[in-house]
This record gives sequence, structure tokens and C-alpha cells, in this order.
Amino acid sequence: MSRAVGRNVVRKDGAAKASGRARYVDDLTRPGLLYARTIRSSIPCGEITRLRLAFDASGFTVVDARDIPGRNVVSLITDDQPCLADRQIRHMAEPILLLAHEDRERLLGAAVEVDYLPATPVLDAERSDRVFKHVAITKGDVDEGFRRADRVIEGEYRTGHQEHLYIEPNGMLAVPENGGVTVWGSLQCPYYVHRALAVLLGLPDDKVRVVQAETGGGFGGKEEYPSMIAGHACLLALKSGRPVKLVYDRVEDMLATTKRHPAIVRHRTGVARDGRLTAMDIDVLMDGGAYCTLSPVVLSRGCLHATGPYRCDHVRVGGRVVMTNTPPNGAFRGFGAPQTLFAIDVHMDRIAEALGMDPARLRELNALRPGDTTATGQVLGRDAAALDVLRAAVARGDYRRKRRAYRGTNRGIGLSLFFHGAGFTGSGEVKLQSKASLELTATGVRVLVASTEIGQGQRTAHAQIVADALGLPYDAVEVAVADTSQVPDSGPTVASRTTMVVGGLLKQGAAEMRTMLGHLTPAAYLRAHGPLVVTKQYEPPPGLVWDDETYRGSAYGSYGWACDVIEVERDPVTEEIRPIRVTTAQEIGKAIFPLGARGQIEGGTAQGLGYALTEEVVMRGGAMANAQLTNYIVPTTLDTPPMDVVLVEKPYAHGPYGAKGVGEMPFDGVAPAVVNAIRSLGIDLRQIPATPERVMAAPRIRDSRLRQAADRPASARQAGFGIRKR
Amino acid sequence: MRTAISPLVMRQPRSVRDALRMLRDDGPLTPMAGCTDLYVGLNFGTLGDRRFLDIWGLDELRGIEVRGDVLRLGALTTYAEIIRSADVRRRLPMLAAASREIGAVQIQNRGTIGGNIANGSPAGDALPVLAAADALVELRGIEWTRRVPFTDFYTGYRASVRRPDELITAVEFPRVAGRQWFRKVGTRAAQSISKVVMAAVRADRPRIAFGSVAPTVVRVRRTEDALAAGASVEEAQRVLQEEISPIDDIRSTVAYRREVAARLLAQFWSVTR
Repeated sequence: MSRAVGRNVVRKDGAAKASGRARYVDDLTRPGLLYARTIRSSIPCGEITRLRLAFDASGFTVVDARDIPGRNVVSLITDDQPCLADRQIRHMAEPILLLAHEDRERLLGAAVEVDYLPATPVLDAERSDRVFKHVAITKGDVDEGFRRADRVIEGEYRTGHQEHLYIEPNGMLAVPENGGVTVWGSLQCPYYVHRALAVLLGLPDDKVRVVQAETGGGFGGKEEYPSMIAGHACLLALKSGRPVKLVYDRVEDMLATTKRHPAIVRHRTGVARDGRLTAMDIDVLMDGGAYCTLSPVVLSRGCLHATGPYRCDHVRVGGRVVMTNTPPNGAFRGFGAPQTLFAIDVHMDRIAEALGMDPARLRELNALRPGDTTATGQVLGRDAAALDVLRAAVARGDYRRKRRAYRGTNRGIGLSLFFHGAGFTGSGEVKLQSKASLELTATGVRVLVASTEIGQGQRTAHAQIVADALGLPYDAVEVAVADTSQVPDSGPTVASRTTMVVGGLLKQGAAEMRTMLGHLTPAAYLRAHGPLVVTKQYEPPPGLVWDDETYRGSAYGSYGWACDVIEVERDPVTEEIRPIRVTTAQEIGKAIFPLGARGQIEGGTAQGLGYALTEEVVMRGGAMANAQLTNYIVPTTLDTPPMDVVLVEKPYAHGPYGAKGVGEMPFDGVAPAVVNAIRSLGIDLRQIPATPERVMAAPRIRDSRLRQAADRPASARQAGFGIRKR
Repeated sequence: MRTAISPLVMRQPRSVRDALRMLRDDGPLTPMAGCTDLYVGLNFGTLGDRRFLDIWGLDELRGIEVRGDVLRLGALTTYAEIIRSADVRRRLPMLAAASREIGAVQIQNRGTIGGNIANGSPAGDALPVLAAADALVELRGIEWTRRVPFTDFYTGYRASVRRPDELITAVEFPRVAGRQWFRKVGTRAAQSISKVVMAAVRADRPRIAFGSVAPTVVRVRRTEDALAAGASVEEAQRVLQEEISPIDDIRSTVAYRREVAARLLAQFWSVTR
């Protein structure tokens, strides 16, 4: 029997999606259905003084904060975000009031007047004194590291908001039933929604059921925000006693839901004459928006990736994420790492420039190798593949020759080297205690996990792992819908953990089930012994230790490693930068579903090109001013260049069949490679997106400056630096 | 938020005459055809108009024909039809070029030349072509037909000489002598809105028009004069800066638009030499 792992099997969700049979939340309906709408704040900061329904309220269900039976919070990390604003407004488009009606037109026509007492908003993260979370990482003695430096290079790098732009906007259907409520929705994390609903509605766990509807993409945007929408739909459903559907249109989705955290990252780096890094002093500031949401963890991951995949004995990373009166920022593919990896890898090209070194050579010299320690003191195993991917991408992308050949033309080529920790940060996986189950069926086995298929291939990869571990054909494995009344809590579908962590539990469970089956077929076993369900719970691999207080230890179970080589062409009239070729080498342990892995890499790269070049969230007065597909410029197919993807496999000892995570890493390195390619054209850009307006305004690097860049002699070093006010 | 549809009024005439009567007797009505911009406003909740006249079915307003020296496009001619037309490609290649860069295939199938004129966006991609080609806009009322030079059509931002009881029925292009040039500077390779757009004709007296650099599409006649009088490109670029008045908006900046307009002028002048 041919094995499933490593083969391009037929996707479990493929036929239904390709034929249109797959049912998304807006396809679902129920008798007596009400449609719902959210009334939102039109100021960024202040108090509600008066609220009036300026419409005929017959047939309407109206819900405000007083209707909440449980606690008025979207339960997550700190429980600071209300499900409905009671009096205080902390950002534009904050939910205030909910309306439901069976006639959509009456719903859209209903006018609600809200009076406010406005207060002065904080819209600039650098001016905010309200900190959600600090992170400090220390290795060695950074002052000693600077004493050993021949040169000190400084720089500040800025990244903007980014909108997820999943193809399906957010939506939920809530149905009151069995003395509780059931919701079907577009979501990544059924148990996050489950917990938030139990807290909001004051219901016991068994009266809340959450089912994933077929979901049209997530990218992190459906990690935490669906808890808010599900809460709104449930409040209306419970008050009206009828099914309620709440589906956002694109504008509302862009205006109200989370974005990627904007960041300002400052580097001060000591380097020896030969290019070795002697000291890294890094300061990270992230804009969390109005409520805490997942910001502490985003900051944490950002800081843990801030050194890039580089070895250095003396490191200090200080980070903070602050409150501003803008819609809360949240989870987005990469989760803090893209911001800091952008900064370090543009900074590395500036260091190379200052030393007159080849950027690839500088990275080769400093890349983390097996046996090296990271900034948190984690000793890397044999699967640390930075050098492998660097050499593969540099050779395959013909980086060195093209860099010389393009000099003086409008073509540029840039490089980035990056890594991504798979799974939850630090002790997160231990706290999650994820479970995964397998249920024997007459014809095979059913996978019972709370992991969600969001287009990434979860059902397929899980089925492949189970098929091979159990010795059954791929077609004998079915994957249950993520329904909290049927599946155990496998943790959220985030953090590149679904294949590596949950897939790992499934492999263990399948191996155990195989032993129990012996030589019996599933049907024979069921006849002889009755039903069989095997459940496995996460246990950390031996030696994986992390201290949340000191930020010391193993930040992640494993890291993937990758290198991008990106070529661009500059239009000398318009300053538009067009990507013309991407070569990427990505080490992911083992490609369980190679076509899916390539899809993740190509898709993540395309999304990264948008982040790097065109996707600018224009914020005016605390709200997104270009919340339309017309004006938020996501790349089209015509803007996406050919991509040459090289898969590198260095098995991770504790991943199923050696697999690590692959979902997020492909996004991480695109922006720095693009900006380094622009830099090779003599344009000194340190902020993304690299819009033509920014490229036009950016300082030009004159040849005489190429060798000294904007550095300062080591003698002028400071003991450290704080945040400077602009 | 999306505009509620049910309070809106839509009239559906069976003929142009019927439409003109409705405009006169039952106005004000906003004519709608391809709706490629109207639906954006509808979805964004910014649509001000409440009463509409659906002229999409009026086939009298379709078609491309050559009458002697005049190329005539019915107001409902779509960009897809323009792109396919050998007459347009031969006589007015800059209009074919502009049409290929409007939206993408779906928009080109629905969007109409008359709609582009009526909508009056300063970023309308076809409009600089009309300005540079000295097109005439045909306006019909219930009892009259008049032709207005396109360059006199707009009176301000999204304001025109069209009376509320008139319909744009056609646009006519005299024969254009000289080398035609068009360039759109958008935001991506398709589905983009112009940051700066330029159409021009290289003749003894050059004709040059820009979009997205002023409240309406503009013919820059003083710049044309300077070039016709033998000024250098640098001098013409200086004159151009006085003739345009771009703004900062969510798509671009004043500085960028000014600089790119100047560079486009130089590019036009050098490639059509």
C-alpha cells in the first residue's frame, strides 16, 4: 500500500469547494431567521451621553450592554474588552448596540442616533503611556559586546497595519436550542469562541455549542475576533428566541476587525571588522490598539524573533506594546515576527554596506548553526538549517552574479534570512493541554480534533498522518467537522501548530490504535470489542523548559528556516517597484502534503509582497480611511511574479514524520528581501509598505556613502538608548 | 455600511425618448448604466442619490460608427467594445490603450464611455483621452440635441453643463493628426484607480491632458503653448506645475502627483520625438 505522507493526495475539502457544495455561514439559514446589524461608535474616544432609536422599532430585537446575562467581556487574556460598549468608547467602530429584524432592508434602513462627549484620543503609539505588556530578553553583557565592537550600526525600521483580507468576511449564525445556544461560524478556534460565550452568556459549558462552518480563509483574522461576533449573534438570538445571522460586509470587516500590529523597531549593533556580530541592542514598540486582545503574545513572539536567525553572545531585547485609540490589532500570520524580522534583515544589509561586505557572506558568517544558543539560551538541534537554506537560495537565485550584473540598472536583487518558531510560545503548549481523538469506524477511522480547515489543508494533512500511522488507506480516514459537542479541545488553529502539534498527537493516537487493532480490520474489531476511541494529550518533549519570568529557555519546540531572494524592477518615471522573481528555500522538517506546503509558501509570499509594497492601511482620526477593496491595494495575480520554491527537509525529532510548522514562515522574509532589493538600487528605505510615494521620497545612497552608511564610530557609543520622541 | 435598496426609486424607460420624458417630468433622476462606480458608493454607504433612471437597456445608445471624419461612440459603448473595435484601434489608439487599463475584464464589460463622462471623476481613465482628442459630447433633451466640447463639459468637481433633463447620448471624435500617447499611473497592475493619468497628441501644436491632478480632468494649454513655441521640457514642466493642483488623498500625495506628472510629460516628449 502506498503511503499517504509526502504524496500529493486529493484534498479532503477539494471536491466540495471546487463544485460549490461547500456551505459557508452565509449559505446557512433556519426557519424564522433574523438578520443582524451592529451599531458602532463614530468617535475614537469619549463617552456615550445619549442614544436614541430613530426608526419604527416594530419587529426589531434590540440589544445593548444591559442585556448581557453574564460578564460584558470578550474573554481572552485580560478580559478588558467589552462585548458591547456601555458608556466608554475607546476606538472608532466599537460595537454599541445590536439590531435584528427578519427584513434585511428594514435593518439597513434603521437609524440610531448616538450623542457623545468626545475626549482627546491617543493615536500615536510613541505618545502612549499605557503599556499592555513589557518583554525583556538578556543574553551575556551587551555593554561588553559593544566594547568588543569595531563598528556600531544603528537604525530605525517601521512597519504599518495590514488587513487580512480573507476572501470570506466574518459571519456567525446563532440558534437558541436545548436551553442554550449553538453557533455556526467562520472561525479558526472553536474553543476560544466556546469559552467567550460561556463567560458572556453566563451559561454552563454544555449549553454552548460551537461549530465551524466552511471557512474562507483566516490568516489569524478569525482567531480572536469571531468570539465578539458570536457573542453579538447569541445575545440577539437569546433575546429574540429566534435564529440570528450576523454577517459582515467587506467595508465593516475592514473597519471594525483586527489588523496586524504596526511596529517601530530600533537596532544598535556592534560588529567586529570581520563581520561578526558582537552586540545586539534591540528596542521593539508595537501599537496594540484600544484593547489588549492578543497583544502580549504578539509582542512576545516579535521579541523572540528580533535577533533574526543570527548568533550573538551579547543581546538585549526590550519590547513593549501600548494602547492607542484605534481598533484593536490582533493575530495575523507571523504574529509579531514579520515586524521584527523586517527590521533585523534590512539592518543586516546596512551592516554589510557599512563593512563593504557581501550581504550573503555577512549572513553566512553569523547564521545560527546546530549547537548555537539563541538569545534566550536555547541550544539548537541538528535541524537548525539556516546555512542550508541560505546556500540553496543564493545558488538557485543566482544572487551574487545578478547583484553584480544589475548594478547601475533599474533592476535590484535582495536577500533575507529568517526563521520561525512553530507552536505556541514558551510554555504555551503545556498550558493548552491539547487533546486529539481518533474514533474507529466500520470502514476506517474518524479524526476528532478542534483544528479547523481554513484553506491550509488541515483535513488533508491530518488524514495523511493518521492513514500512515494506522496502516490504513488515506480514503479510509474521515475528518469530523470541528464541533465542540463532538471533538476535544485541540487548541486553536494558529501559530503553525496544527500539523506539528495536533498532527503529532494524532500520530501517537494512531500508533496506539494500530497496536490495539492487531490483525483485525476496523469492522472486525468493532464486532469483537465494541466502540473504540483513542485520545492523546500534549506532553512537552523532554528537555523543553521555559521560564516566563526571565524569558530564558526553549522559546519554541522547533524552528523552520528560510531564505528569500527577490528581484525587483524600478520604474524610473513612477518609482513603482515591481517584483519580477522570487526564489525561496524553506526548511519545514517534512512536507506532509507537498502541494499544500508549496501553496502555503506561494500564498504567504504573495501576501508578503502586498505587505512590502502596496498594502497601506490609511488611518485618519483613528479609523481606516480606505476600508474598500478599491482603495486598499492587495496585489492581483498580475502583480505576483513567478516563484521558485525549494523545499528543504531536516526532520524535527518530535514532529509527526519530522514535520515542523509551515503556515506563517513564508510571510516573514518577503518584506526585508524586497526592501533590500530596493536598497541595492541605491534607495535608503526603512519603512513599509514601499509605496512609490515613499520610494520617491526616500534618500538616495550615493556611492561614496555605500561604504560608510549611516553608522557612527564605536567610540561614540552610548550605554543604551530609550525611545526617542519624534 | 451598505445602503438600503428598498427606499430607492428606479425608473426603466423603453426608449431614449421615454427616458428623456422621465427626466423632464419625473426628475431629478440619476441615469445609471454599467454602475461600476455607483455600486461602490452603494456598498460603502456613501451614495447620495435616491432616484435612478436605468438606461442600460437602451440599445439606441450603443455602437461605434465612423461618419466621414468623425468617430462616434454611443454613450453605452463599453470598454470591451472599444478594445475590440478596429476603427478605434486605428483612429484613436490612445482610447483603446486607456480602455485596456480600466478596472479589469469584468469592469470593461460593464463600464461605459458615457458613464465615465457622466460620473465626472477626476480620476476617470478615459477622460484625458477625450480632452486631448478634442472630443464633443452629445447631449439630448426631449426637444433638442446639442454638442459640447469635452473640454468645456465640466464646471467643477463632479459638476458639468449637463442639465438634469438631458442625457449624454454619444461622444464624437474628429480625426486626430499626430502621434498619440497614453499612460496611467495606478496602484497595481489591474483593478486600480489612477494616481496620475495622461493622454497626449504629438503634433505641431501638442495636445496634453491629465487626470487626478485637479478637481476635473484638465487640458494644460499653457504647457502645450510652451512646447509649441519651442520651450525645453524643463521649462514646460515648470509651466505644468502652475496648471495643475493635485491634492493629498487616500491614494497618493501632492508631491508624488506633481513629480510624476512632470516626468510623464518628459517621457511623452522624448518617446514621441
